[in-house]
Amino acid sequence: MDGFDTRTGPLTGLLRDDPAAGVFRVNRRAMVDQTVFDAEMRTIFDRTWLYLGHESEVPKPGDFRTRSLAGRPLLLVRGEDGVVRAFLNVCPHRGATVCRERRGNAGSFTCFYHSWTFRNDGARMALPNDEAYSAEALPGPGFGLKPAPRQANYRGFVFVSFDPAAPSIEDHLAGARVYLDAVADQGEDGMEVIEGSQLYSARGNWKLLVENTIDFLHTVPVHQTYFKFLKDFGTDLSSGVSGRGFDLGNGHAVVAFKAGWGRPVARWEPSWGAAEKARIAKVREEVAARVGEARARVIADTDRNLCLFPNLLINDIMATVLRQVNPVAPGYMEITQWALAPKGEDPAARARRLHAFNTFLGPGGFATPDDIEAFEGCQRGFGAWREVEWSDYSRGYRTELDGPEDAIRSDHELQIRAFYRRWHDLVTARGARP
Amino acid sequence: MNAAAAATATRAEVEDFLFLEADLLDTWRLDEWLGLFADDGRYEIPTTDCPDGDPARNLFIVADSMPVLRGRVQRLKSIAAYSESPRSRTRRVVGNVRLHGAEGDALRVSANFIIQRVKNEVADSYCGRYDLLLRPTGEGLRFVRRRAVLDLDALRPQGRVSFIL
Repeated sequence: MDGFDTRTGPLTGLLRDDPAAGVFRVNRRAMVDQTVFDAEMRTIFDRTWLYLGHESEVPKPGDFRTRSLAGRPLLLVRGEDGVVRAFLNVCPHRGATVCRERRGNAGSFTCFYHSWTFRNDGARMALPNDEAYSAEALPGPGFGLKPAPRQANYRGFVFVSFDPAAPSIEDHLAGARVYLDAVADQGEDGMEVIEGSQLYSARGNWKLLVENTIDFLHTVPVHQTYFKFLKDFGTDLSSGVSGRGFDLGNGHAVVAFKAGWGRPVARWEPSWGAAEKARIAKVREEVAARVGEARARVIADTDRNLCLFPNLLINDIMATVLRQVNPVAPGYMEITQWALAPKGEDPAARARRLHAFNTFLGPGGFATPDDIEAFEGCQRGFGAWREVEWSDYSRGYRTELDGPEDAIRSDHELQIRAFYRRWHDLVTARGARP
Repeated sequence: MNAAAAATATRAEVEDFLFLEADLLDTWRLDEWLGLFADDGRYEIPTTDCPDGDPARNLFIVADSMPVLRGRVQRLKSIAAYSESPRSRTRRVVGNVRLHGAEGDALRVSANFIIQRVKNEVADSYCGRYDLLLRPTGEGLRFVRRRAVLDLDALRPQGRVSFIL
């Protein structure tokens, strides 16, 4: 691996996975060490599929968004032909960022440095001085903005990989497909990202966000003030949370559960009132008619917190959150999150969905700021990684191994172990292709 | 009071109101601060990429009606609102206050803000503008709309808005 031999080199002792003892621990060096971070970039973020954006964010030909992922500037754009493409937003001429707007609509993109210009399908447009180049220096049609080496539109979710040899997106998603389908199938006419992105960050290692999103043990101690707020507004949480985690393969994991709050698609709660009960019942009927009752039970009746390894987290709860994590340094991550909803949703239901999202889930909500406080407290604590070495994820490990299956609980850590196993396999190159 | 009375509020009166508000927030006298809102008041922070959004149609950072805002203050006073417990220190400068005439029974006001939040030996800066609707009442001005529009591209590295912006 580029002369960096992770198998015999320094990246040992990061994981203690001892089934016999029922112990699963990650060495906190993994959260602070630049060597580990560099290995994560090379073995994970340079190799696997990464979530970039949703096709609904560029609905019309020429619509574009610029984003940064794993250190690369990227351009997500819908061409005149209606195809959504992802490009490295970098001029092939001298390397300047070509499109410098965050979003917009354009038939072409001109690099302001030397006026190289590209159509919105990426092809370079001829310039008056082109005859000064040899054919080798300036290849003909097709030469232009470099597409992301691999890209896939899975049911509206656009993923990219910087590894031309990455497996198919379907193979990569493995067992997570059914859960992603459960999100994609909520709208009769498809799903859309609602305008407005919560762009924030945390002074902590990126893995803290992943494990937090699929961790249930923290929810009551950290979010008691949010649950009190919900109760004060009439939501009945007395039934608690029932559910469990699943290992979905390739580092993907989910906690599938049922809670007392309502789901926009489609689980009514009493505080919404009687009239809304009838409307929600219709929404659920539509889902069942379209996908069958068995799948409707999953889609409409249950909640899920899904980790799509490595950078997309989906909370499909009282609102549907797409949460993208972008590691920047061992102790700093960027987080972007969007609200996903059915196209053509009832306006009052849309407003309630947004209200639920804003109050719980954002950087100004009643819960997320406390999660960030926890990440930052952990990151400061990791400064003592040489003395207090291990973070523990052993909860429910013996039950995971010995059963019974129905004793696996949502506040066990099976789903976090699934993430860290894949992480460890890749970062130590054990999961690398030959 | 009627719109004609709203139009008569002076900039000095509006400034006194906003400077009092800034002091209440920097000293965490949040119950007194809540008293500066009309019963139909709203506290809003649009996302940084959708600054002109509508909270019924767009994702926001904060979009509180009064019942929610009261819940926010109650939460912030709890020792279990960990992001602000222990509390951060804030210091805000509000200026460039301008009056833009009456809108219904309220006065449209804009102002600029720069707020430093200090916690855990880190100082984070938040800058932006206030887009305000102030209703004159017998007890003084009251917020009908208090919208804080950030100039930041993203909450990076600030990460959150756990205090009142």
